[in-house]
Amino acid sequence: MTDMITDRWILDRPNSYIGRSVPRPNAPRLAQGRGTFVDDVELKRMVHVAFVRSPYAHARMKSISTDAAKAAPGVVAVVTGKELAEIHDPWVGALTHLEGIKSAPQYALPIDTARWQGEAVVAVVADSRARAEDAVELVDIDWEVLPAVTDAETALDAATPVIHDELGDNLTWRRNANVGDVDAAYADADHVVEETFVFGRHTGVCLEARALVADFEPSEEQLTVWHNNQCPHMIQNILATHYHLDEHRVRVITRDVGGSFGIKVHTYADEIATVGLSIMLKRPVKFVADRMESFVTDIHARDHRVKGKIAVKNDGTIVAFEIDDLTGIGPYSMYPRTSGIEANQVVNMIGGPYRFDNYRAVATVVFQNKNMMCQYRAVGHPIMCAVTEGLVDAAAKAVGMDPVELRQKNFHPDDSYPTKSAQGLPFENLSHEESMKTLLEAMDYEALKADRDAKRKDGIYRGIGFASFIEVTNPSAAFYGVGGARISAQDGATMRLDAKGNVFVSTGATEQGQGMEAVISQVAATAVGVPPERLKIITGDTEHTPYGGGTWGSRAAGIGGEAVAQAGRALREQILVAAGAMLQEDAAKLDIRNGVVVDAATGNERIGLDEVGRICYYRPDTLPDGFQSELVATRHYVPRKYPFAFTNGAQASYLEVDVETGFIKLLRHWCVEDCGTVINPLLVDEQIRGGVVQGLGGAMWEECLYDADGQMLNANLADYLVPMAAELPDIDCGHAVSPTADSDLGAKGAG
Amino acid sequence: MDKNVDITMTVNGETVTRRVEARTNLVDFLRYELGLTGSHVGCEHGVCGACTVRVDGSIVRGCLMVAAQADGADVWTIEGVTETGEIKGLQDAFVERNALQCGFCTPGMLLTVAELMERKPDASREEIREFISGNFCRCTGYQAIVDAVEMARAKGDA
Repeated sequence: MTDMITDRWILDRPNSYIGRSVPRPNAPRLAQGRGTFVDDVELKRMVHVAFVRSPYAHARMKSISTDAAKAAPGVVAVVTGKELAEIHDPWVGALTHLEGIKSAPQYALPIDTARWQGEAVVAVVADSRARAEDAVELVDIDWEVLPAVTDAETALDAATPVIHDELGDNLTWRRNANVGDVDAAYADADHVVEETFVFGRHTGVCLEARALVADFEPSEEQLTVWHNNQCPHMIQNILATHYHLDEHRVRVITRDVGGSFGIKVHTYADEIATVGLSIMLKRPVKFVADRMESFVTDIHARDHRVKGKIAVKNDGTIVAFEIDDLTGIGPYSMYPRTSGIEANQVVNMIGGPYRFDNYRAVATVVFQNKNMMCQYRAVGHPIMCAVTEGLVDAAAKAVGMDPVELRQKNFHPDDSYPTKSAQGLPFENLSHEESMKTLLEAMDYEALKADRDAKRKDGIYRGIGFASFIEVTNPSAAFYGVGGARISAQDGATMRLDAKGNVFVSTGATEQGQGMEAVISQVAATAVGVPPERLKIITGDTEHTPYGGGTWGSRAAGIGGEAVAQAGRALREQILVAAGAMLQEDAAKLDIRNGVVVDAATGNERIGLDEVGRICYYRPDTLPDGFQSELVATRHYVPRKYPFAFTNGAQASYLEVDVETGFIKLLRHWCVEDCGTVINPLLVDEQIRGGVVQGLGGAMWEECLYDADGQMLNANLADYLVPMAAELPDIDCGHAVSPTADSDLGAKGAG
Repeated sequence: MDKNVDITMTVNGETVTRRVEARTNLVDFLRYELGLTGSHVGCEHGVCGACTVRVDGSIVRGCLMVAAQADGADVWTIEGVTETGEIKGLQDAFVERNALQCGFCTPGMLLTVAELMERKPDASREEIREFISGNFCRCTGYQAIVDAVEMARAKGDA
């Protein structure tokens, strides 16, 4: 790969902030309770919406009586799906690169049929949320309850009702993959081990629920939306498209966001309805989901049943993997990313850390009358990882080999890159061997095994578990764009020197707590040569930031950060040209260090950036004839050599099982990961820890439980068990560093 | 039946008098009536701890108490304890240790750990974990929070 980048100028800058645990510029505000979350936004004449939500998983509304609700105190409007449909177009969650995927048109509120319990069906707008909720109780719907399709296993049976008649069946999508000759591999193998893995439904449980304030200003046909979405430009496009608005008159603002985890990248019908209500009423409308609403409307994820097979030789060589994955995604494919991506990821990444030549997979995605499923943190990864590693452990047991040894025997060797997975996905540079070695040292595997075996003699059951993994980060347009989704794969950054020598940085990446603003400030400070306190970071506003994809898919540092690196370098060069004009010096002999223009060779101070700004803006008359300074630079970036920057790592868990009760106590957890260039070690470690705990939650406690009629049984925070502090162990983090050569910065995603 | 009640209480050292709907809970009163939006609403059923505020010296769930119950009470929120500097050491440690990510749980978490440091200044890591186990944080995995409390205490700032 000789055309790849090898110039790591950004890492070699004097006074570099890359690799340092600098604090987050936005953290003190949040620690003082001075953040601005959506529900903190109050506008004049603002009204509040509450929704009548379907009590049934599948039911037709024979009639809707809204008279009593309309007459209730404080009520401004009661709006049905038919009324709202007059001003917006429905959407369909299908993308062309998932060949054959289909879904039905979805409206902001359904026209006549509710298809999951919790689906918003009628909107009630009042002068307070409480009064809107009072009036919700007064909306009278004559329901005809229809049979609910809840079991994914029987969703395609001839006897099962079809959820959308026009689609003909309940199949959303099916994907097959076939590599090599699996049957021949089975015949040749010494052991073929088969297991079935069942994953429950999980959901993100962002502590700040989904929320927006939509404010339509009719005189200019200007729509402003304060939203806690991760992708402001994507939402801008969606709102403009479906409400027939000029895109440049739709402004989406995302201020502080209370967690996202992929929950807040989607098009939620109740949010689209809220925007429509503002357009209808010509005044601001606020919607904040309450926790019960969140559980039945925030996307769910996982819920896969995977039958997996692995074929191994007696020496531990893996020769084949096979999976049959089935997942139910609710009544519609989510828009605009579709609900096929999780299954797609599973098919793409089974066996990811290992070399093998034979692979067969089928993934079947079906509709059902439950809340919609879509992409949530680590899309598909927990499934592919648990299935792969569960099968690898089973194979190790079958051949009588230590599970670590079998992994090490089958890893893509660290010196084998670039290479491809069995499925054909390109791997640029991974470090499974180094990561596992570092992990084993950190956990002291031999000592743990001795402890486990000693305790067993005392009747104490302890166990050690391993998982090696790969992760998709820095997604290019291959993820969504090629399929027709208007989700920016590239990101832009605009940087501007002000008259006092400070630098404004506008980025298309967004912040929901990951520490993106700190990472952006480190890269910007390093690229220009100023201390971070002289930067102002601007994010989350479609009117004031360059076009970008926002923050999801572990893209903000690797893609947004690289755009900032390039913009920062361009701004530095422009500043030096101006300083050169002032100093009558060759700009190439100058540099910027710590906010001062210096001689590059000696480091001697020549002129401060404040002075450069003052002269350029206030006394351009003193500059040479014909010289015009340019103190704004914009650059954009998208990965071009690789569709994704795969990262990798290895984890281990030490735990104790009470064999009488089945209770599990987590004793310690280790994670070694490789995200390429580490921009901020503290933030990377905390992304890892947070991600590990979210994964433990899904593995140990969390599950959206449904009954056979499609009623969610534990749609509250008391019954849906999230990880709390007391049951969690400390987590040790370690790193390997394999930078991507697809950018100067070399950062892959983390967390 | 009159659904409104007149209440007077001290909030962050200032006396406030309002007529509120009887059903208004304390955190909604603080947020929407007084504009003290640092206290957050996460579940409205007493599990997540985002709405934690201090009433008459003890932390309570602002969603499980109606504002009328706080009539005559001494109420402190994140804004107030920030202004007095009482929890500055903890706040600084939270920032330095990155014990907050999205920051939505943080005001409630800080008031909770401040009470622990008051009640049991020598709390062990396990006891810190136990004490904050009524405050849900989806982002951090809690370890950084435990570390930050220990850090602030070691500096004599907790």
